[in-house]
Amino acid sequence: MSDQERILKFQIFRYNPQKPGDKPRMETYEITEAPGMTIFIALNDIREHQDPSLQFDFVCRAGICGSCAMVINGQPDLACRTLTSSFEKGEIKLLPLPGFELIGDLSVNTGKFMRAMSERVESWIHDKYADHVNFEQLEEKMDPDVADEIYELERCVECGCCVSACATKRMRPDFLSAVGFMRLARFAMDPRDKRTNEEFYEIMGDDDGVFGCMTLLGCEDYCPKDLPHQTQIAYLRRKMVMVN
Amino acid sequence: MKIIYTDSLVIGSGLAGLRVAIASMQRGFDTIVLSLVPAKRSHSAAAQGGMQASLGATIKGDGDDEEIHFADTVKGSGWGCDQDVARMFVNTAPKAIRQLSAWGVPWSRVRRGDREVVINGEKVTITEKDEAHGFITARDFGGTKKWRTCYTSDGAGHTMLYTMDNKAIQMGIPVHERKEAIALIHEDGVCYGAVVRDLITGELIAYVAKATTIATGGYGRLYSISTNAVISEGMGTAIALETGIAALGNMEAVQFHPTAIVPVGILTTEGCRGDGGLLLDKDGYRFMPDYEPDKKELASRDVVSRRMTEHMRKGKGVPSRYGDHLWLDIRLLGRKHIDKNLREVKEICEYFLGIDPSKELIPVRPTQHYSMGGIRTKATGESPTLKGLFSAGEAACWDMHGFNRLGGNSVAETVVAGMIVGEYVADYCTENSLNISSSTVESFMKKEEKNITDLLLRGYGENPFELKAEMQKIMMDKVGIFRNGKDLEQAVEELKVLNQRAKKIALRNKISSSNPELVEAIRVPKMIKLAQCVAYGAMLRTESRGAHSREDFPERNDKEWLKRTLTTWQDKDADLPEVTYENLDIMTMEMPPASRGYGVDNTLHHPDTAKREKEIEEIKKANPGADRFELQELLNPITIPDKFKGKNERIGKGYK
Repeated sequence: MSDQERILKFQIFRYNPQKPGDKPRMETYEITEAPGMTIFIALNDIREHQDPSLQFDFVCRAGICGSCAMVINGQPDLACRTLTSSFEKGEIKLLPLPGFELIGDLSVNTGKFMRAMSERVESWIHDKYADHVNFEQLEEKMDPDVADEIYELERCVECGCCVSACATKRMRPDFLSAVGFMRLARFAMDPRDKRTNEEFYEIMGDDDGVFGCMTLLGCEDYCPKDLPHQTQIAYLRRKMVMVN
Repeated sequence: MKIIYTDSLVIGSGLAGLRVAIASMQRGFDTIVLSLVPAKRSHSAAAQGGMQASLGATIKGDGDDEEIHFADTVKGSGWGCDQDVARMFVNTAPKAIRQLSAWGVPWSRVRRGDREVVINGEKVTITEKDEAHGFITARDFGGTKKWRTCYTSDGAGHTMLYTMDNKAIQMGIPVHERKEAIALIHEDGVCYGAVVRDLITGELIAYVAKATTIATGGYGRLYSISTNAVISEGMGTAIALETGIAALGNMEAVQFHPTAIVPVGILTTEGCRGDGGLLLDKDGYRFMPDYEPDKKELASRDVVSRRMTEHMRKGKGVPSRYGDHLWLDIRLLGRKHIDKNLREVKEICEYFLGIDPSKELIPVRPTQHYSMGGIRTKATGESPTLKGLFSAGEAACWDMHGFNRLGGNSVAETVVAGMIVGEYVADYCTENSLNISSSTVESFMKKEEKNITDLLLRGYGENPFELKAEMQKIMMDKVGIFRNGKDLEQAVEELKVLNQRAKKIALRNKISSSNPELVEAIRVPKMIKLAQCVAYGAMLRTESRGAHSREDFPERNDKEWLKRTLTTWQDKDADLPEVTYENLDIMTMEMPPASRGYGVDNTLHHPDTAKREKEIEEIKKANPGADRFELQELLNPITIPDKFKGKNERIGKGYK
């Protein structure tokens, strides 16, 4: 398909805070498109053949691990599974995900943010017996539908797209954001987690929590896993309103 | 010089590493985990299909127990595994899965009554028992007698890793992210931690510890096309090799998964075939029953990968610009099943291939997938030669997989090894104190500092990206699914040349802080050494066993090759590693070698096999009343931490 071969123009945000005197700027790179090319393939090609200092994060390169979210032509998305052929003009502008500490170029520290989020929402089963479970015995039964429903919410890959697409987060730096709400909803629905509504209220019952959300729903629009953010935020709000 | 002290240092934050860290912490030891990436992004997350544990709750797993899981695992390994370890593993797997259930994994559950499944291309109705309702269910996987692979939809690895990391966070275990261990610190045959490079600032830090556990996963990225994450470059294995003391086991045992998509090599789970998917050739013909009439698409992975390759060599592959491939057909499973149980597969097909797998065929071919080889350990997880160095998971050759791993046994190994090895790590921390001089630490730091300075100062030299690509191509073309003496000899020679060239790497981007080219320059020489271990081991092993398949030596040769390859790199200036062998003793095997039951059995048997079979018969005869537990004790007595010694309960069977 050589008739379809075209030159792609990448405009990429460059800034290395570790390098004294470095300044944020956009740089342009041109590469020849290959069939089935993803932004993962293109960025590696640029790094290997044009600029070995270019920083970005990929791990699974299969849309599973959530490492590679960035702003692609204005929209946050997973770069590894974005095909270059989906851009008609062949012009692709890449920026690091806003809302996170910049490591360099397209690499941001989502790990630090997500660990803090997990600590804040206490992202684990609260059951004082969980550590003393007799694992020789048959496990606790669970309704098959409940197990499936929990998995639906556990599919979040902590990519950070929802955080970067959140207008409330821009105004409230400590806003928990959709990724935190999704995690809370997942544990709130899990019968193994013995936390009461009052305990959940302590975590999210204020303006940095679920009542601060302005319901603009960038999270719902940009979640690469199509998680039901709107429904879950509404569910948590109803749950929290019932706490006196 | 920055030094951080801890009791238990764990390198790698996937399932195995985190589980070892949890065990150390539970026993009261100061614990630090190092990771290249945030823990939840580790490659364990990509395991789709599930984890084998003989719970036997689903009707198609009825009657399953540790004995059957053991037999499947040993057979699957081509009798190359360590049977003590396989035994420890199968006995502990049910406990591991139940503990994870209590910690939060939303395992898919049995639903009572009728349900339609696809078996052997036909829709069949199976009826789940009332009393099984709500217990953890399982699906079919290759090379297993029962449906034993427990799962959460097709995100088993993801839910397991999230639960494990959440548990680690709950316990306050620090994970130092974006840190790379580039050398182990050791003195007088004892390991005391690692020299670590901060991937953001470039700073070198010595992490000094009583016990050091390497859990950095496999070395799939030695190959140009692999299902593995880009971080699966075998760095933990390589720094163990570079001590010159720790040995690597069975490095030539590399598994190819039958169904990765073409061209990018992303995995579609074995669950596709387990749930009823078929393999078709260019004529739309289902060819597997012709080769393997019994297990068909669900023969063991190494077998299916070879049969697919054979079939393509007969001209039955589908030609494409990326070479030949075959088709995976899951259309017959129906949209509803795919949407629910194979959703990651569906997303991968949509995003990377632009197809709807409920309507269209998926282009697949065998692709590098798993490293059976790794750091050789005892059953405790400790290196037999370098005290204080432990390893668990894919990074290790603990050796429950021998020369071929069964699907569903890898995530299972990570958590089970994490539990067992974790206890031995804690024992080690109890029994040993930190006894190392700071000048030794300093000399290890200086050496790495000098290496980096040399790289940054060298004006002109080799390009690390190019060296890596050349290595990956050699491995792909000459050390692949089918191997032969001529290609392997060439590979060994060509890799020697690369090894020399890798000593003259020069950088274009000369900064010592965050610098992807410098990361590559540090890793590539190590990767080339690992590739040499794989290629050289494969060249020397003149037989076929499991995933190691020699066209010039097609038979499994127990007579001469029932032994484990041990590789060390003692002289750092040598251009090849040293290879020795460790015999597997048939006379202590619970299950003496026999046929795996695929194709024609051309095994050259060892004289001890018949002797041991007879001996086992006599033991059985002499103990007519012995139940399966007593028999196991007689045939294969194992040592296992006390907390994992108990029997496992099953529905309808109790603890029998």
